[in-house]
Amino acid sequence: MSQEYDAIVIGGGHNGLTCAAYLAKSGRKTLVLERRHVLGGAAVSEEIYPGFTFTVCSYVVSLLRPEVIQELELAKHGLQLLPLDSAFAPMENGDYFANYADAAATREEIRRHSERDAENYFKFGQLMYEMAYAVKPIIGMVPPDPAGPGVRGLRDMRDLFKHIHGLGKHTFHDLTKVMTMSVADFLEEYFEADIVKALFALNGIIGTKLGPKSPGTAYVLLHHYMGELDGAFTAWGGQRGGTGGVSEAIASAARHHGAEIRTSAPVAQVIVKNGKAVGVALENGDEIRGKTVVSAADPRVTFRTLVDEKELPSDLVTAIDNFKFRGSSGKVNLALDALPKFTAMKDPSLISGMMEICPSMDYLERAYDDAAYGGFSKRPYMDIIIPSTVDPTMAPPGKHVMSIFVQYASYDMPEHGTRDQQRDDFGNAVIDTLTEFAPNLKDIILHKQVLTPWDLEQEIGLAEGNIFAGELTLDQLFFARPAPGVADYRTPIRNYYQCGSGTHPGGGITGGPGRLGALEILRDKA
Amino acid sequence: MPRTTPFHSRTSALCSSQSWQEWSGFLSANMYELDHIHEYNAVRISCGLFDISPLYKYAIRGRDACGLLDRVVTRDVSKCRVGKAMYTTWCDDDGKIIDDGTIARLGEQHYRLTAAIPTLTWLQDNALGFDVQIEDMSEQLGGLSIQGPSSRGVLGAISDADLAGLPYFGVLEGKVAGVPAQISRTGYTGDLGYEIFVAPGDAETVWDAVTEAGQSYALRPAGNVALEMARIEAGLLLIDADFTSAKQTMFEVQKSTPYELGLGWTVKLGKEHFLGQEALRREHARGPAKATVGLEIDIQALEKVFARFAMPLHLPYTAWNDSVPLYSDEEGREHVGKATSGTWSPILKKYVVIGRVAAAQGRVGTRLRMEVRVEGERFTVPATVVQMPFFDPPRKKA
Repeated sequence: MSQEYDAIVIGGGHNGLTCAAYLAKSGRKTLVLERRHVLGGAAVSEEIYPGFTFTVCSYVVSLLRPEVIQELELAKHGLQLLPLDSAFAPMENGDYFANYADAAATREEIRRHSERDAENYFKFGQLMYEMAYAVKPIIGMVPPDPAGPGVRGLRDMRDLFKHIHGLGKHTFHDLTKVMTMSVADFLEEYFEADIVKALFALNGIIGTKLGPKSPGTAYVLLHHYMGELDGAFTAWGGQRGGTGGVSEAIASAARHHGAEIRTSAPVAQVIVKNGKAVGVALENGDEIRGKTVVSAADPRVTFRTLVDEKELPSDLVTAIDNFKFRGSSGKVNLALDALPKFTAMKDPSLISGMMEICPSMDYLERAYDDAAYGGFSKRPYMDIIIPSTVDPTMAPPGKHVMSIFVQYASYDMPEHGTRDQQRDDFGNAVIDTLTEFAPNLKDIILHKQVLTPWDLEQEIGLAEGNIFAGELTLDQLFFARPAPGVADYRTPIRNYYQCGSGTHPGGGITGGPGRLGALEILRDKA
Repeated sequence: MPRTTPFHSRTSALCSSQSWQEWSGFLSANMYELDHIHEYNAVRISCGLFDISPLYKYAIRGRDACGLLDRVVTRDVSKCRVGKAMYTTWCDDDGKIIDDGTIARLGEQHYRLTAAIPTLTWLQDNALGFDVQIEDMSEQLGGLSIQGPSSRGVLGAISDADLAGLPYFGVLEGKVAGVPAQISRTGYTGDLGYEIFVAPGDAETVWDAVTEAGQSYALRPAGNVALEMARIEAGLLLIDADFTSAKQTMFEVQKSTPYELGLGWTVKLGKEHFLGQEALRREHARGPAKATVGLEIDIQALEKVFARFAMPLHLPYTAWNDSVPLYSDEEGREHVGKATSGTWSPILKKYVVIGRVAAAQGRVGTRLRMEVRVEGERFTVPATVVQMPFFDPPRKKA
């Protein structure tokens, strides 16, 4: 125990790095300890096959907070976001539906499917925009504890209600609906064409073990609309070189401010003395002293692995044990010899956007039913991008990488034998289904990487493979994330803090938990 | 009726937006799709393909070719070796800027000058007593500009020229798609990029080869909207936007000098007599009255202005050219200059602006205010003077 740091951050995922960057920027001697050999956590790019860069897990960016981009000057450190603004959804009858960056183009495309929906599209877009504006302050604030001591919680709640109230009663009523409805019912109020609803419903189910007809999914939809790119709400993008580039940019900012970052340095335990965190013990036996210890891991690791349960109140232990992870998705990454040809793709420009396998609402609900009791969807929903169509650094000239987010896949797949068999069966179901829509796919695959929820847990450390480090259901949000009383990034152990996606504002490449966690630490340690 | 460039059969087939503008009498695509952002990104992430045929191009040959150019422009052309190009300005007798462009030295006594406005007569009128031949090549050369990090890969796939050995602002004559071409490592984006000039009859062959090779490098045809954003990021001035040609205005107030435009480095006072030399020498001695500056707008302050109207932040997603007041105080009482163009820079994640201010306000770090209008009301937001270019990647010269 020779050196002492002001702050030790456990986990070099994008939130851990963000937290470290803010702490270092404020002059704190900061150390980041990452278990893996690469930084980024789930926001990682790796050359899995020679010459091909895979965005192994997380593949798109939109929720990255503008204040994080500005305050850490991430553009200077290599952040380069490219909009991914079209979506293509082939249908079983050979037709398709597409969503474009240009609202007028989208409206005309919707008109092919329903005149009524084309008109309502503007209304829907406006509503989602209003919602995103309404909740924007929420994602930028430390969750107040309305039941907690002191006036801060009450004051913050009052300010928040004032803001939302100021937006008018329609916004307030709509917000109530979004917070409680199923995405299927919610969309029913605006659209009639099934394929239109199916495409718009996707953001309501991503990363969530719920079908589009389950209540609560409308909020998940909103969570995905809260993103903004260059001030434009609801916009999504990719990062040059894959999402690992976002983590690298944040790491560069952290180093620029003096943070030290170590990889292949797994932490075994937080050292607690007299109810106070005083450092960490690495798996190799080394001990490092720190005045503050911050966990960027998920709540299960933060509270159940890294610290002894005798240091925690029993109700918190119970709450964390009941916290829902329930991974619902897997990932298949392909190195391709050429571009896949989607039979239904009449507009070739759509290949550079997102491709969505969601031919109908029933398809999505059925995909959920398949996996509700374990296993995976026989014909899963897929969210696909081919980043090499816009970013030639991802693959050799003329070759491509395809990122396929697959849902639903359960953590447990008892009907599919060993973990290796499960992975094979899952990968085959994905390729077989996708080949129905892009028949040349099997002929152009050079390499295949398949990750089941179990693999996501083993490789990346996401508990049960949940991509948000805990489901985004209402009971696990805001002042209840990860549990009431510990939503303000503090823990019952003094000098021990949290800053991962299991805290507010939740999952996705937001940097929000990292930033807010750091600001709370700086508030305590001013 | 605007004319069409030698690439028109190809550009018009691709221009699904049908958004065109007039450029030196030619039709020029603003953007190929309904939205410009893919084209902008191509320039910074892969590469964009621009049709730059409307540029005015002149061949100056003969024993006194160098002498004539040295008489007309402000740079020292005698320093330009064969196989090199140089950016320069040229001025009238009062030292007021007429235009800027690039001089490429293609042979011992052979130069090519590109210009934004017609310059043939100006060259001829100043050529009295010089042993030169001046030829207007504007319609004898079609031009393409391939700009962006993957531009070298694209051009390398279809050209036998030694691109790896071609330095920044280098020029050579070689083959592209099997036809003769002038290739220079120049551009208007501040990125790695090349400009190629070919005979109009070869234009379609070259376009087809570039776009086919470009498929493996995510190349996209790109138009003026994307180019405007890129050139502001690169801190490159635009005629009729950031300055007015002394030959195209009757009003003194609209004229400017290279020193005022931050282009003093192109003025070589020590060389032999050139147009505007005396006036520029005097200005240099007393110091220019104005300075051209890069400004960074405080977008958090701008967001607060919008919030007064319960509106989210709105940023300029395409470049603007205007004359926007700059002040030294928040209330907008002390007027110190004007902003002439600006854009949200997606790659820098900054709102960047080019402006011209009183020289005393031109130092990096000076905090000014720029006028913004929201819903018809005027406000000012902080605008800090920063170093230009805003965007200057190492690959540009590497």
